[in-house]
Amino acid sequence: MNEFLQIFTLALLGTTIRISIPYILAALGATVSELGGVVNIGLEGLILIGAFCSVLGNHLTGNPWLGVLCAVAGGMLFAELHAVVCIKFRANQIISGLALNIMAVGVTKFFLKYFFHSSSNSGRISGLPRWDIPFLSGVPVLGDIVSNPLILITLLLIFAVFYTVYKTPFGLRLRAVGENPEAADTLGVNVYKMRYAGVLISGALAALGGVWLAYDQHQFTDGMSGGRGYIALTAMIFGKWNPLLAALASLFFGFAEAIQIQLQTIGVDLPVQFIQMIPYVLTIVVLAGSFSKSTAPSADGVPYEKQ
Amino acid sequence: METTETFAIELSGVTKRFGGIYANKDASLKVRKGEIHALVGENGAGKSTLMKILYGMYRPDAGEIKVNGRAVTLKSPKDAIDLRIGMVHQYFMLVKTLTVAENVVLGEEPVKNGFSMDYAGAREETRRLIEKFNLLLDPDALVSNLSVGEEQRLEILKILYRKADILILDEPTAVLTPQEIKYFFDIIRKLSSEGKTVVLITHKLKEVLALSGSVTVMRQGATVARVETAGATESSLAQLMVGRPVVFQVERAPRTKEELEKSDTALSVRELKAMSAKGHAALNGLSLEIKKGEIFGIAGVEGNGQSELIEILTGLKRPVSGSVVMLGKDIDFSRNSPRRMFDSGIAHIPEDRHKKGLVLDYSVAENLILGRHREPAFSTMTAIDFKSVAAFSAKAAGDYGIYPPRTDLRAGALSGGNQQKIVVARELSREPRLLIVSQPTRGVDVGAIEFIHKKIIETRDLGCAVLLISAELSEILSLSDRVGVIYRGQLAGVFGAGEVGEEQLGLLMMGGKA
Repeated sequence: MNEFLQIFTLALLGTTIRISIPYILAALGATVSELGGVVNIGLEGLILIGAFCSVLGNHLTGNPWLGVLCAVAGGMLFAELHAVVCIKFRANQIISGLALNIMAVGVTKFFLKYFFHSSSNSGRISGLPRWDIPFLSGVPVLGDIVSNPLILITLLLIFAVFYTVYKTPFGLRLRAVGENPEAADTLGVNVYKMRYAGVLISGALAALGGVWLAYDQHQFTDGMSGGRGYIALTAMIFGKWNPLLAALASLFFGFAEAIQIQLQTIGVDLPVQFIQMIPYVLTIVVLAGSFSKSTAPSADGVPYEKQ
Repeated sequence: METTETFAIELSGVTKRFGGIYANKDASLKVRKGEIHALVGENGAGKSTLMKILYGMYRPDAGEIKVNGRAVTLKSPKDAIDLRIGMVHQYFMLVKTLTVAENVVLGEEPVKNGFSMDYAGAREETRRLIEKFNLLLDPDALVSNLSVGEEQRLEILKILYRKADILILDEPTAVLTPQEIKYFFDIIRKLSSEGKTVVLITHKLKEVLALSGSVTVMRQGATVARVETAGATESSLAQLMVGRPVVFQVERAPRTKEELEKSDTALSVRELKAMSAKGHAALNGLSLEIKKGEIFGIAGVEGNGQSELIEILTGLKRPVSGSVVMLGKDIDFSRNSPRRMFDSGIAHIPEDRHKKGLVLDYSVAENLILGRHREPAFSTMTAIDFKSVAAFSAKAAGDYGIYPPRTDLRAGALSGGNQQKIVVARELSREPRLLIVSQPTRGVDVGAIEFIHKKIIETRDLGCAVLLISAELSEILSLSDRVGVIYRGQLAGVFGAGEVGEEQLGLLMMGGKA
């Protein structure tokens, strides 16, 4: 019992948030893309591209904020590929996404070698400067959270995406083209433009997830996205294609992983393999209970062909 | 020029080809301002194509479009909307997950503080239009909860919100119940009295006569006549549409009581009880008997157990209790399946040809052998014999007048009436012993209706028992040897041919006493 209580510390909260940030950003991106009707399993690759571009931008300019900008630009550029293939050429969206993921691994490896002369990791970079917020910054853990610009930006983005999707004309049109593109088209909504926008936004958001990974470790390491794009997709489904719920689902997955780490740290008397299973078992249990009602947009993954 | 009158719409010389096939060939249309104009023609005559050109969805290969006297080029629906033209499509174009108000404003949303949606304003404007045109809708209702009639009124509302002066309605009554149609007529007349120009695409000639001021008739992509409704009759219009005189009442001799008594029973249903998919009691002890060589018609408002009855008889559903004896065999429901029913000689023309009758992405030929693909005629031990399929389907397409007569086309590329002919051809060419037909002529034009009715009677004359379920009372009355009225999962009365009229059936359908 004592051991059990030991887990729930402030450190656990901190770890949860640290792990969740890339999930949240990529899940938001996935949600925006799919609400517009384009499945984007290329998130994994987009995270990797984002991580690399931020490190490269940071390395070349010496300014971590310019690194963030580079990541967003790189993510959008890479997502544009997916958009053109899926929207303009109406190719299979899963295949295109897979191609994106495979390509991202190759592209980052290549430029890693070119710019950093290493096949495993970049040189060390500085992260974003802390924002000192009076009083709060001094509080343990909580202070680290509120003074981290990327965490605050992520928090802001959750609400911005939610607001955009449900409270703006842009969001209404985005959801309409994902649900019934023909209906939107007959009302003069440009289906292609909306879908491009959805995919590009997802590229930017996933790339920000990559920035977090790179800046957290102060370097880029080969293949550092580590499957997070796929977990983000799961969070999107678990969150029923609602940005707010997708963010909560991301937190849940982050929490499950944090518990696992915490248990290993304090050394519970259990085989380590079992502890490592916890996030996955939890995921399966929760998803099995929530998948009953599918709420995917009707035209999700279906290319639109104008007559 | 005999008149200086300006027309709201003037199309001339419009030609449009898809692949090598002409959808429109030198078609023309003139509609006066403020009138209700009917555009009639058989399925595939090019009415919808012509209107989609006017709405900017298709670009014509040739031809001129004038709106309010000015020549225009329409590149997209946006251009049409800007010219105050609106269109309600045959298949509704609604976003089901959004509310009524959201569907209305989509694409032209009211905005506040620069980028947010003005939801209050959207609701307010929606409510104002609903009241002005008496459309009876709730701005906050989710579209997925609307009835078909409500969906249609929402489509009209969408157009009105865009300040359309010219409304194009494609087959508006095809999916409505008789009550909804009456209400729909009132709305159209109201629109007309407000100065709106209405183009009504239809093939229901009764509606043309009841509503319109003038009529344009199309055949095989071209305009064949423009007449004033006042001087037209149902048969004169039908003749123009089809190019030959049309018989509305198919020639047939109803079976007499004596004949029926002598005939063997093909289907006997006893005390059938069943639940609907939603878990309500759908059939409450329904009994009926159909003889060989008889058409038994079931009239009724949709949702009174018709679908469940069909599902049980075709092996898609198990009843809670009751028995079915079919072609002399007592059906064992615990071991029943659609395959067993199919093999025992039952044919089924389903009410929804898109959902249950066809695979739209398969070719016409493939659809013609669906379910029959296992027959030795169409398959060897391991593979489908496409040569014999091609020969069979070419013959079936010819026999049943499927147009265009190219069985390699996607079924989805054909018009509604021709799709229905594919289903009819497939089911009837099996020479079934029991035929279950539901809404056989829904959304189908007069020429095809006549043809399908003839085929059903021919099948009866070969000794097949026919169960006919239809919402069209005239169809039930003109085909059936006996008529039953279904109400709340039971038969509320059974009549011989000629013993009952539409009025009386209508009453019984609503739960009244005859």
